[in-house]
Amino acid sequence: MITLTRRLVGSRSDLAALLVLAAVLLVVMPLTLDIFRLNLVGKYLTYAFVAVGLVLCWGYGGILSLGQGIFFGLGGYCMAMFLKLEASDPVTTAIQSTPGIPDFMDWNQLTELPWFWVPFESFAFTLFAILAVPTLFAFLIGVAMFKRRVTGVYFAIITQSVAAILTILIIGQQGLTGGVNGITDLRTLLGWDIRSDGAKYLLYFLNAALLLACIVAGRYILSGKVGKLLLALKDKEDRVRFSGYDVSNFKIFVFCVAALFSAIGGAMFTLQVGFMSPSFVGIVPSIEMVIFAAVGGRVSLIGAVYGTLLVNYGKTAFSESFPELWLFLMGALFIGVVMAFPDGLAGLIRSERLRRVFGRPPLAAVTRTGALAARDPAPPAASASADAALPHAPTGTDR
Amino acid sequence: MFEGYTASEIGAIFAMQGFAGLSLFCVFLLMALGLAIIFGQMQVINMAHGEFLTIGAYSTYLMSVVAEKHAPWLMDYYFFLAIALGFVVAFAIGWLVEFSLIRFLYKRPLDTLLATWGLSLIMQQGFRSMFGAREVSPTLPEWLLGSWQLSDTIEIPINGLLVVGVTAVLTLAVFFLLFRSRWGLKVRATTQNRVMAEAAGINTARVDRNTFALGCGIAGVAGAVFTTIASTGPTSGSLYIVDTFLVVVFGGAASLFGTIASAFSIAQAQSILEFFINGSMAKVITLAIVIGILMLRPEGLFASRVRK
Repeated sequence: MITLTRRLVGSRSDLAALLVLAAVLLVVMPLTLDIFRLNLVGKYLTYAFVAVGLVLCWGYGGILSLGQGIFFGLGGYCMAMFLKLEASDPVTTAIQSTPGIPDFMDWNQLTELPWFWVPFESFAFTLFAILAVPTLFAFLIGVAMFKRRVTGVYFAIITQSVAAILTILIIGQQGLTGGVNGITDLRTLLGWDIRSDGAKYLLYFLNAALLLACIVAGRYILSGKVGKLLLALKDKEDRVRFSGYDVSNFKIFVFCVAALFSAIGGAMFTLQVGFMSPSFVGIVPSIEMVIFAAVGGRVSLIGAVYGTLLVNYGKTAFSESFPELWLFLMGALFIGVVMAFPDGLAGLIRSERLRRVFGRPPLAAVTRTGALAARDPAPPAASASADAALPHAPTGTDR
Repeated sequence: MFEGYTASEIGAIFAMQGFAGLSLFCVFLLMALGLAIIFGQMQVINMAHGEFLTIGAYSTYLMSVVAEKHAPWLMDYYFFLAIALGFVVAFAIGWLVEFSLIRFLYKRPLDTLLATWGLSLIMQQGFRSMFGAREVSPTLPEWLLGSWQLSDTIEIPINGLLVVGVTAVLTLAVFFLLFRSRWGLKVRATTQNRVMAEAAGINTARVDRNTFALGCGIAGVAGAVFTTIASTGPTSGSLYIVDTFLVVVFGGAASLFGTIASAFSIAQAQSILEFFINGSMAKVITLAIVIGILMLRPEGLFASRVRK
């Protein structure tokens, strides 16, 4: 029992950080913000699900996916399909030439519900689909890629292409998906009006609670053997493989977990914002979500949440008043984070001075050596941390 | 799919769509050539590569505006100057980018993706601030307009011929540069074994910088010829970036021949499918097939390097 708690919350300072985050999300935000702003924060927090997933698969596993929007979108679309069907009952859509189907289908001369929409009339199936469809899709991509040892830049490009394909597909199949506008005008969930203020409050708390649950789950995964192996294979994949582990299985697992988190975020997005569109699926949102995780600190689950909030706050604040400046700033943020602060906010906080107080290892050893080290032998820190994580591996014999 | 067409009509469709695909192939190839050389040598992918195409396109536009205003007698020939200008400007900016940004990130290829994405955002917004969000087109010389009637049903546009011609010349030039010149020898040595190349006295950092700049320069030429087939906006280049990445990966990195073959097959498949089903589905199907093949053959069609 003690070990379980320890694995879920980590050390005392980890627990403190988690409690602070919980207090900020569950107490400070709701008390200080009006419902419009709180709803906006809720929207940002749905992106944080993706960022937390990216910390797992990119920060720890070294797998950079530039297509997390795929899973965010799939989760969001599953939820949106259910809500849309509920919003298009035969009575409210009586003026359509075919009552009872979503309005955009009617505009596109469809006369009956497409087969893959039919199961989404059931709420139970929808909940199942939100979790299962994106995870299964990630599993397929993962098996196809990792079993054939596709890694690094190749994996990033292929996930990015899949995101592009999915966006083009959704936009092209207007009658089936709502096209470029997406699925809009969502009103009720099982008869409960999701647009009322009360519903927005409730959804915000549900969202924050789910996010905290994801962080705890992420920490549980990382604190176990899987977490150690992920870190090890990021530093020296071959050595993990030579130690007898099937590396691809761990990668597939963590990629699926990241997809699952993103999907939950997507579904919560649909509920809180009231629509879903392809502009949350494609390349641009996918890569922006990577920068959220990078700003927070790519190896910090909690940092990812702060990073997401900070970047989105900046985006809202700047794009309202200086839309031109914002893209320059965003670009500079990408470059600056990568060049100057590869450990993000968490790295700043856990800097040398604070390290002495809390007695933590610096993050630099984790992040900087994680790159593929394609050209030169990795700095000694890399093999040192790989050895630490892999007690069975012989040390210092690989070169 | 073929109902209602006679055999000769289908032949004509294939010929014309094939030629349209040839223009697409040229843009893909010129973009992918640069990326492939850079990726093969330095293992980095430049997400801002599309913006170098845009640089070439805007240089051509500027050139045409200047020629129209100050030197109308140049109008017939300015286009060749514009191609050279596109190359020089993109080469210079590429050199600067390598010097100030990319060279610090060679050990972190994944981070390079993010940094160059940031760069592309900045460049796009820069174009928007300088040239406006609206798309522009240069005034093309008279001889570039019109088309060449091959038969009753087959018409070949002249601008398409120019695109093909420039691409052929440039590809040959790159080939000679890489395989017949002293500098190419250094590039190939660095690509094959960086440490040994350094031991043999090659300044690999300088080779890297020139290779990167050359790749960007080629994209600039792509941009210059691109203006003859489409108008230019701040995001014109980024539209092609995903296809270009796939071309590079599909062809097998660092293989010049593979890049040509994959650019050709992807462009042709897309263009011919486009006639029978709508454009977006043609793209979806082509890209999905490419990814499917890549899952079976992750090292690409013509891999020149051993899988690590």
